[in-house]
Amino acid sequence: MPPILRSMARVGSRILPRCGQAYTRAPLRLLSTTIPLRNSVTSILEFDDDVEMFRSVVSRFNADVVAPLTEKMDEEEHIDPGIISALFETGLMAVETPEEYGGAGASFTAAVAIVEELAKCDPSVSVLNDVHNTLVNTCVRKWGSDYIKDTYLPQLSTAKLGAFALSEPGAGSDAFALRTRARKLSDGDFVIEGGKMWITNGAEAEVFVVFANAEPEKGYRGITAFVVEKPWGVKVVKKEKKLGIRASSTAVLAFDEVHVPKQNVLGIYGQGYKIAIECLNEGRIGIAAQMTGLAQGAFDRAVSYVFNDRKQFGKYVGEFQGMQFQIAQIACEIEAARLLLYNAARIKDGGGDFVKEAAMAKLVASQVAEKTASKAVEWMGGVGFTREESVEKFYRDAKIGAIYEGTSNIQLQTIAKLIQKKYTSS
Amino acid sequence: MPPRLNIVVPVKRVIDFAIKPRINASKNVIETNGVKFSLNPFCEIAVEEAVRLRESNKDLVESITLVSAGSSKALDTLRAGLALGADRAALIETSEIDDSRSLELEPLAVAKLLKAFVEKANANLVIMGKQAIDDDSNQTGQMLAGLLNWSQATNASKVTVDGASGVVTVAREVDGGTETLSAALPLVITTDLRLNTPRYTKLQDIMKAKKKKTEKVTPADLGVDITPRLEIVSLSEPPKRTGGDKVDSVDALIGKLKDVGAI
Repeated sequence: MPPILRSMARVGSRILPRCGQAYTRAPLRLLSTTIPLRNSVTSILEFDDDVEMFRSVVSRFNADVVAPLTEKMDEEEHIDPGIISALFETGLMAVETPEEYGGAGASFTAAVAIVEELAKCDPSVSVLNDVHNTLVNTCVRKWGSDYIKDTYLPQLSTAKLGAFALSEPGAGSDAFALRTRARKLSDGDFVIEGGKMWITNGAEAEVFVVFANAEPEKGYRGITAFVVEKPWGVKVVKKEKKLGIRASSTAVLAFDEVHVPKQNVLGIYGQGYKIAIECLNEGRIGIAAQMTGLAQGAFDRAVSYVFNDRKQFGKYVGEFQGMQFQIAQIACEIEAARLLLYNAARIKDGGGDFVKEAAMAKLVASQVAEKTASKAVEWMGGVGFTREESVEKFYRDAKIGAIYEGTSNIQLQTIAKLIQKKYTSS
Repeated sequence: MPPRLNIVVPVKRVIDFAIKPRINASKNVIETNGVKFSLNPFCEIAVEEAVRLRESNKDLVESITLVSAGSSKALDTLRAGLALGADRAALIETSEIDDSRSLELEPLAVAKLLKAFVEKANANLVIMGKQAIDDDSNQTGQMLAGLLNWSQATNASKVTVDGASGVVTVAREVDGGTETLSAALPLVITTDLRLNTPRYTKLQDIMKAKKKKTEKVTPADLGVDITPRLEIVSLSEPPKRTGGDKVDSVDALIGKLKDVGAI
C-alpha cells in the first residue's frame, strides 16, 4: 500500500471502529438484538408488542391499584401489602424469570419498561419492583445452582419478596469494605454475623441475597454471596424515616449467628464481589428507569394542570411564553434521559458492553428527575406545594436517584475512567 | 348428552377509553396518528364472561374463539383477548380500511362477516360487547342474531347456563329495571358494563398468548361485500360546555327552564 494510504488507514482505524472489533458499544448488534424493533429501526423508543402490552397492564395497574393508595402509603411510610400481592399476581415480579420457574420469560428491556411505567405513578412501588426483578431475581437466575434456582425462583415469582443486602454502615460506595462475616463450619455450612444498612425492601423481604466475607484476610476476594431465608434469623432492627420514597422500606438488618447451609452459596465461593459489580451495573439501568418514569409522572401532572386547570390574567398559565420555554426545555431533557435509558437497556439485551451507557443513563436520569420534579412543583404554584396534589412527592422522591445504587460521583468516576482508557494512546 | 358450548367472541380494536378523540377537520376523519388503541371495554367483558363460563364448569365449554375485523393492527387486540384466556383467534383482514377510516366498516357489514365466520366455526353461542365505544352503534349483535336467525339477549348483566339442559338465562338491564330472559342455544348475547369486571392480565399469559393460534381470513374468503353504504358527511366535536346557573328553589328552576324555552 502506498505510504499516504497507509497513514490514512492508521488515522481511519483510530476514528472508526473496525467491523467485528470489540468497542464500548456494538452498533451492528443493536440492529439484531433479541428485541425486534418495529418497522426496522425508526426510533429506539419503539418497542415490541410484548413490552407495549406490559406497559398497558402496568398503566391500568397504576390507575386502579396504586394511585388510590399512593398518598396514604407515603404518609404512613408503608407499602400496602395488597399492592405487593397484586404485583405478584399479575406476574410483574418475575419479568425475566423463565417460564418453567413461573416467570414471564421476557427481556431486560421489558423489565425496565415496567419499572419506568410504575414510577410514573409511585416511585416507591417502582423501586420495590426494580430491586426484586433486576437485583434479586437476576442474581439467583444468573449465578444460582440448579438447587437454588429450583428452590427460590418459583418462590420469588409467586409470593416472596427479595432484598439485596450488600451495604453496611461503613461500606456504601466502598462496598468491598464490608465487614459482615461468614464463618465456615466443619461441615461446610456457614454462620453469618454482622449487620447491613440501607436495604430496600428490608422490612417485607423473605429472601435475601447477602454478601459476607468468608475470608477477610483475602480482602474483597473473600466476599461470598449467599441466599438467606428470613426465618433463619434475619432481624429487621430499624426502618429508616426518609425524605422520599417513604413507603419503600429501607432497613437496618442484623445477622446474629445466622446458620446458612452450604448449598445456599450463590455463585462461586470468594467471587461474591464479581456478582455485586455485575448486579449493580445492571441495577443502574433499573434506577435510570425509575427516575425517568418519575420525571415523566411529575411532568404529566404539572403540564396537564397548566394547560387545562389554571387560568390567570385571562389565559391558561401554560400559554405564557416563559412557561412554554421552561416546559419545552424540560421535555427535551426527559426525552434525552429516556434515550440514554433504552440505549443502555438494548445494548445489554443484545449482549454488548453497557457499563458506560448504564452509568450515563443513571447519572442523567437522576439529574433530570430532580430538575423536572422541582419545576413541576413551581409550575403548579401553591397547589404544587400542597401534599394533596402529590406532585411534591415526586420532588422528595427524586433526591434518592443521585445517591443509591451508585452515587452520582461514582457514576462520574466510572464514566471518566472509561473515557480515559479510550483516549490514552498506549 | 349435555351440550358443549362452542363460543365465538367478536372483539373490536378502538381508541383507548381514557383518550379524548380529536377530529382531523381537513380530512373529515378522527385523528388516529400516534393515538393509543385498546380492546373495546364491552368486548373485554365478553371475553371475561366466556372464560368464566369455562371456569364455572370445565366440561361446559368446548372452545373460545376470538374474531376481529380490521387491519393487521387488530392482532394486538386479539392477543390481549388470548391473554385473558381464549383458545384461538381469527383476524378478518380488511387491509384497505386503516385506523382513520374505521367508521367505513359498518355494523351491517361486520354482522355479515360474523355470520359467515360463526357458521364456518360451528359455534352455538356468541358473546359480544353491546357496542363499541367509538361509534356507539349498538347494532351489530342484534343484526347478527337476525341474520343467523338465532335468539338474542342484549345488554346482559348476568348470564347463567344450565349445564344439563343447555338453557341460558340472561338478566338484561332495560330502562325500567331488569328483565330476565331464557333461551335455548344457539344464542347471541351482548354484554353490558355490569356483567363482570375483567381480570388483570398476567404477564405470563401475555407471553403464552403468542403461542396460541391466530388465523387470517379475508372478506372475500367469507363471501361478504363490505362496501360502505353510508357516507360520512361531516364530523364535529360536541359543543363546548358553557357555564350554568344556580337556582335556589324549584319554582326558580321552572322559571329559568321556561325562559330558555326548554319547557
